[in-house]
Amino acid sequence: MKKNLLLLAIVVLLAIIPLFIQKGAEFEGADGEAEAAIGEINADYEPWFESLWEPPSGEIESLLFALQAAIGAGFIGYFIGLMRGKHKES
Amino acid sequence: MKFSGWKLSYFLLAFLFVPNRAFAMHIMEGFLPIEWAIFWWVVSIPFIILGLRSIRKTIDANPETKMILGLSGAFAFVLSALKIPSVTGSCSHPTGVGLGTVLFGPLAMSVIGTIVLLFQALLLAHGGLTTLGANAFSMAVVGPIIAYYVFKGSQKMGLSFSLAVFLAAMLGDLGTYIVTSVQLALAFPSEVGGFMASFTKFAGIFALTQIPLAVSEGILTVVVMNFLKKYNVSELKALHVFSTKEAH
Repeated sequence: MKKNLLLLAIVVLLAIIPLFIQKGAEFEGADGEAEAAIGEINADYEPWFESLWEPPSGEIESLLFALQAAIGAGFIGYFIGLMRGKHKES
Repeated sequence: MKFSGWKLSYFLLAFLFVPNRAFAMHIMEGFLPIEWAIFWWVVSIPFIILGLRSIRKTIDANPETKMILGLSGAFAFVLSALKIPSVTGSCSHPTGVGLGTVLFGPLAMSVIGTIVLLFQALLLAHGGLTTLGANAFSMAVVGPIIAYYVFKGSQKMGLSFSLAVFLAAMLGDLGTYIVTSVQLALAFPSEVGGFMASFTKFAGIFALTQIPLAVSEGILTVVVMNFLKKYNVSELKALHVFSTKEAH
């Protein structure tokens, strides 16, 4: 248990440290650079297919991402509880 | 936990071309020329079919592993929804396919990974349907295959179970990005320098971004595995997760 908490602490630190060493960074994902890269390589390329549906706003998008994480986390929580319960019985 | 010695200099996240979309990793809808889109679909489909068979076989042989299969899917679902900041000042997300690979083998994950990608393509405009074949190949086919062989190889070398799991998940994650940069470089070779120049460019853009994320993914996979080792030993043995030495 202690070991797991330590491991989780490392994960949290790995996510937090960049926020401090990269003060003022955009944290946008590197799409801009990547888009520029494709533009440099092939300026004429036009995407030939559009997403069938896009989240109409950033809020809706974050809702769906939160939902995705929540569904997964919910199952993981259920799994952990179930297994611990079974373990206690046996 | 020693991961400083790995010279991982090539990998990249694919990306989203819509400004203000703060994450990367999948090739965007419409951003692969049609012949490549079809090519990667054709390459990926056999793996998905074999994966469905592999899952059916495992579940038939060991029905008690159904919940753990669900857990593997849930884990990939959560991890690919988390956009984590990295030292480069940009964000990306892990893949989460390493756990299921260690438990069920790489083929099973080609199905689960594709389901996650499909969800993101349809509901989040993240990745895409035309590029699903290519994205599935990187995240759901090659990533798991790398993870699988790293895991088996680490066990053969006599590394500890946890370290083997860690390396498998971490390198599978990184492998996914290498494949994505290869796919993009093949589709967009530079005028000067051709494929290699493009590959270096795509891989270079995100060279550092993925390192801490891959490490995080490795650690989280170990944490879940620690739980399974404690509460689900019989299932893990049924799935032949432990090497012969460890199966005490």
